[in-house]
Amino acid sequence: MSTPTTGSVLIADVRPYGDGDPVDVLVVDGRIAEIGTDLTAPDGADHIDGGGAVLLPGFVDLHTHLREPGREDTETIRSGSMAAALGGYTAVFAMANTDPVADNSTITDNVWRTGRDIGLVDVHPVGAVTVGLAGKQLAEMGMMNAGVAGVRMFSDDGKCVDDPLLMRRALEYAKSLDVLIAQHAEEPRLTVGAIAHEGPNAARLGLTGWPRAAEESIVIRDALLARDAGTRVHICHASTEGTVELLRWARGQGIAISAEVTPHHLLLDDSRLATYDPVNKVNPPLRETRDKEALRRALADGVIDCVATDHAPHAAQEKACEFAQARPGMLGLQTALPIVVDTMVNPGLLDWRGVARVMSERPAQIVGLPDQGRPIEVGEPGTLTLVDPNRSWIVRGDDLASLSRNTPYEEMTMPATVTATVLRGVITARDGEVTR
Amino acid sequence: MRHLLSTQDLSVDEATELLDEAERFEQALTGREVRKLPTLRGRTVMTVFYENSTRTRVSFEVAGKWMSADVINVSASSSSVGKGESLRDTVKTLHAAGADALIVRHPASGAAHQIASWTDDGGAGPAVINAGDGTHEHPTQALLDALTLRQRLGSLDGRRIGIVGDVLHSRVARSNAHLLATLGAEVVLIAPQTLLPVGVSEWPVTVSHSLDAELPTIDAVMLLRVQAERMNGGFFPSAREYSVRYGLNDRRLALLDDNAVILHPGPMLRGMEIGYSVADSPRATVLEQVRNGVHVRMAVLFRLLVGTDSPGTL
Amino acid sequence: MSADGAPPTEGSRPGGRVLLDDSDVSRTIARVAHEVIEKTALDAPGGPRVVIIGIPTRGTYLASRLAARINEFAGTDVPVGYLDITLYRDDLRAKPHRPLERTVVPAGGVDNAVVILVDDVLYSGRTVRAALDALRDLGRPAAVQLAVLVDRGHRELPLRADYVGKNIPTSRDENVSVHLEEHDGIDEVVLSAAVSRAEPQPGGED
Repeated sequence: MSTPTTGSVLIADVRPYGDGDPVDVLVVDGRIAEIGTDLTAPDGADHIDGGGAVLLPGFVDLHTHLREPGREDTETIRSGSMAAALGGYTAVFAMANTDPVADNSTITDNVWRTGRDIGLVDVHPVGAVTVGLAGKQLAEMGMMNAGVAGVRMFSDDGKCVDDPLLMRRALEYAKSLDVLIAQHAEEPRLTVGAIAHEGPNAARLGLTGWPRAAEESIVIRDALLARDAGTRVHICHASTEGTVELLRWARGQGIAISAEVTPHHLLLDDSRLATYDPVNKVNPPLRETRDKEALRRALADGVIDCVATDHAPHAAQEKACEFAQARPGMLGLQTALPIVVDTMVNPGLLDWRGVARVMSERPAQIVGLPDQGRPIEVGEPGTLTLVDPNRSWIVRGDDLASLSRNTPYEEMTMPATVTATVLRGVITARDGEVTR
Repeated sequence: MRHLLSTQDLSVDEATELLDEAERFEQALTGREVRKLPTLRGRTVMTVFYENSTRTRVSFEVAGKWMSADVINVSASSSSVGKGESLRDTVKTLHAAGADALIVRHPASGAAHQIASWTDDGGAGPAVINAGDGTHEHPTQALLDALTLRQRLGSLDGRRIGIVGDVLHSRVARSNAHLLATLGAEVVLIAPQTLLPVGVSEWPVTVSHSLDAELPTIDAVMLLRVQAERMNGGFFPSAREYSVRYGLNDRRLALLDDNAVILHPGPMLRGMEIGYSVADSPRATVLEQVRNGVHVRMAVLFRLLVGTDSPGTL
Repeated sequence: MSADGAPPTEGSRPGGRVLLDDSDVSRTIARVAHEVIEKTALDAPGGPRVVIIGIPTRGTYLASRLAARINEFAGTDVPVGYLDITLYRDDLRAKPHRPLERTVVPAGGVDNAVVILVDDVLYSGRTVRAALDALRDLGRPAAVQLAVLVDRGHRELPLRADYVGKNIPTSRDENVSVHLEEHDGIDEVVLSAAVSRAEPQPGGED
């Protein structure tokens, strides 16, 4: 397969950041060559008629589960890349909890190469912090960083690095490598057997509760460890009102801490559990209205940096079972943008520049990607996403690109549509179809 | 009513009607030569128990047989369950095999809800009766407790009922708290905080940590079983301390009103949550509860299986 | 008010024509009481043990009244019972759920007694069939007789009543309603041109 990394395309009739009158954006050899009106495309260039769409920098997802290697029945790097391109993403970070675990450079380099060969989205493997995600011994972060994948983010996501001494060492070691540690904040002793947010709904439904304190106690502990290590820690899928307050406090102290929130924690709450449908089971669990509202406000005011999908495909049999036995996680790549529109843009919490910030710029900055999340300016990468803010669509799991179907949004109407995705001047998705 | 999954789904009218009908069944069976009604002839009722329970299963089986239903006990250990078949496939098979009702006990909360949805079949699927799902609900136990209390106390309206012990893990407590409140009783949950769910404040109950303080004010006390695994789970310091603080011993019996009723869903741990002789006190209702259990389950089967050929009948 | 706003003519009232008024009902029950005494010879020395069993809802009130009249006329105490036949109906699958009513086995049971089943209206006969099935499970009577306030015809089973208060020829489209003081606040039997009915409805014999 040929692997062009650059391309040329004329994107006509779009509004960068949703501002002002429509313009044309010409990308030549992967970079924005000209922004203006009535531009003409050079020979051989692709052409997109934007139809007045909002033009944003391509989205960057810090939290994706692509399941390859090990569970290719639920997702592959190819199917996940397709879902990402269709969702407007130009870079995704593939979590390390594969089988075998991505705790060595053989795996991480292989994931990176496979993603590059597919060419729909930049697939950046996330390395494990500890060998086998076992929480006992640091993985060879330096080797993974030095490999062709150049791993720059490490996480045991799915499990918390709960041993405080090990977490301290991980942060200190990461500082010397200039890489990022992303923590799945969950004190495991507080979540033994937990399958739902601990609160009135779980009490009523008889589901073992996952208390907010299990997340918050790790968030504040790691903030303090990051402060003393003098390095950054990134909090995965922040889910509680208390976490927001702790992040705000830590920021006020000058601690380098960043955080992401998932679309499902912005949109859904634990009232969904009343049917016991395991499609609503996720970790951390769906919480209460006040958490949802605090998370939205925090994303608006920057206390939470960005949106990350925690796209977690699961096979049908892992969801068509008792709630307690079901695997936690939901699909997210193709529904993230419209949910941000629904929960943030439409209520007036974010404008389109804000969407660019939380979906693209901040995640790229947090992890240090030089060629993503860049301004829409001449000379910058032609890595862009087009959004029709008024074209609604109805979610059907069968129609999503993922090999799995575990979307909690089945039959839900999404208010906006990603109409095209461009990676360094190459169209990767257009009108709901991937192009490669 | 299509299924009985939770007492929280029952209106006061529906709950009262079930209790009334349970009493009608008792009357219909009193003084008879033949203890069998033709009511459910040709109907197939399957009990599907993924946890052992002699008393509940037998009670449902007797209720079904007295109404001439064909009752089939699907043993979770001897069926394909042991071969790793999913719950969903198992219940879909039982539906296809002709079950008109599935009576389900399962260790996972919500299993009965899920089974009802998996076998719905556009409304043509079996009635599902929750015979205990995880730490969620056990509605027929609550109905028989309510019937026993109503018979002993005359009415539940305004009566103060104490539920003592491991509310957190008790499906009996959940079902009872909601049903008794629906029927107009004041429910007070009496337990250490460790055995109360977070979020209990939104239940239609009050909460107390002192059994001694509550006993003089209540018309009935329901003692929940303390399961062995809780004793080692750090929910309270020791069995001895639990028994001292929350056991209904002879001294505490004297604090109760003379007409107060003592309920225990069984099996009892004498000497732990209930004093040895207290369990045999005339105020205890253990055997009445068992008798009422059969009548309540007849009423439930009747309610769910009669008239089900008419589409749209609730 | 009648549907067309015209004043009610004699013997008619809103919703139908009154076939028996309160004095008619009272007289009819008294007559049936005399017939029972005569036919069963329950007051004769060595006469049979008679029990009266009412079929809910209104049959139970009629049973109590009949027993009271027999006591009045013959000086004999006749035990009364109630027998809800809902659980024995042959249309349980097809019809919506109906609440159960009271069943009371008469003092002394039914074994070897002459049982007089009492209902308000005899129509298809299916209620009586269910009552006979239910009675069989209660014990073994020496004989079973049937008393009804109204026989409106249209039998679907080979059954007849031993005591009939009034024979009322009807069409299937019509509806016969018995109202009793204890349940409805008034004693009367009303014939109405009811909603068209292809077959007897549950409750049509109440």
